[in-house]
Amino acid sequence: MADEALFLLLHNEVVSGVYKSAEQGEVENGRCITKLENMGFRVGQGLIERFTKDTARFKDELDIMKFICKDFWTTVFKKQIDNLRTNHQGIYVLQDNKFRLLTQMSAGKQYLEHASKYLAFTCGLIRGGLSNLGIKSIVTAEVSSMPACKFQVMIQKL
Amino acid sequence: MSRPAHRRPEYHKINKDLFVLTYGALVAQLCKDYEKDEDVNKYLDTMGYGIGTRLIEDFLARSCVRRCHSYSEITDIIAQVAFKMYLGITPSVTCNNSSRNEFSLILDKNPLVEFVEELPAGRSSLCYCNLLCGIIRGALEMVHLAADVTFLQDRLKGDSVTEIGITFLKKLDERKYRRKK
Repeated sequence: MADEALFLLLHNEVVSGVYKSAEQGEVENGRCITKLENMGFRVGQGLIERFTKDTARFKDELDIMKFICKDFWTTVFKKQIDNLRTNHQGIYVLQDNKFRLLTQMSAGKQYLEHASKYLAFTCGLIRGGLSNLGIKSIVTAEVSSMPACKFQVMIQKL
Repeated sequence: MSRPAHRRPEYHKINKDLFVLTYGALVAQLCKDYEKDEDVNKYLDTMGYGIGTRLIEDFLARSCVRRCHSYSEITDIIAQVAFKMYLGITPSVTCNNSSRNEFSLILDKNPLVEFVEELPAGRSSLCYCNLLCGIIRGALEMVHLAADVTFLQDRLKGDSVTEIGITFLKKLDERKYRRKK
């Protein structure tokens, strides 16, 4: 779908724009990641509202995570999450072997150090989606070899 | 568990929502970062330029447009093929001057502002969709056409329609002239 190209390009421009206007240094890097994550959070909240308007009520946390892995991921990234693991105590690991936002970047270890910038928005997306479904969480991402990446979701019990 | 069939078309709409919502979050973040509207507008235009220079390749790969021989053909293609492909709308084209190098795209429906009710207070000169101007400018430059693209009218600012003005800066006709000789 042509829309995908638009979003991909916009996302890349946003990332480079945020980093261009920041100075060097560890602190700034963290601030940029936070900015991107917060943007993703807003978008995730809005998206999940529109998406789940007509769906049935979710049975439990695992049901919600499966929804994120299947329907949500398919709609946003055109494919499902390849692997979902959990310890049944509030930690879920979503593994995507061919993450759409990284496929164009590299197919191995090249540019690995820049990968985290391009995952921040998606972490926020997941966190925002879960937040509007009533789940407070912390989402982090790690990449060992592009374009595969893992998103770790830690549910915060209130 | 079977899904009702009517849910299929939803997916395409959600996909467009992703872009629209991301754009909204971007503009909101920019409004937080920059005090002056002109700075936000300029930033959006620069961003759009970067996107346009890359989007043109995607566009040319997907569509099979033939070589254009006049500015009005180019503007028609932008309106009828490119806008349709990426935003799902078809703006109407009008020519603004007799030398045939100034055109307007009139958008009666703008998907980018679908979730925008009104411009925030104190931001009355913000060109919310300035990204589009940058995209058109960047894309045209990659096919060696210099153009000035700005918003002439904006529904968010109270005008009746949203109008994008494209002014081509170098004359195509000169080359045609020489060939005819």
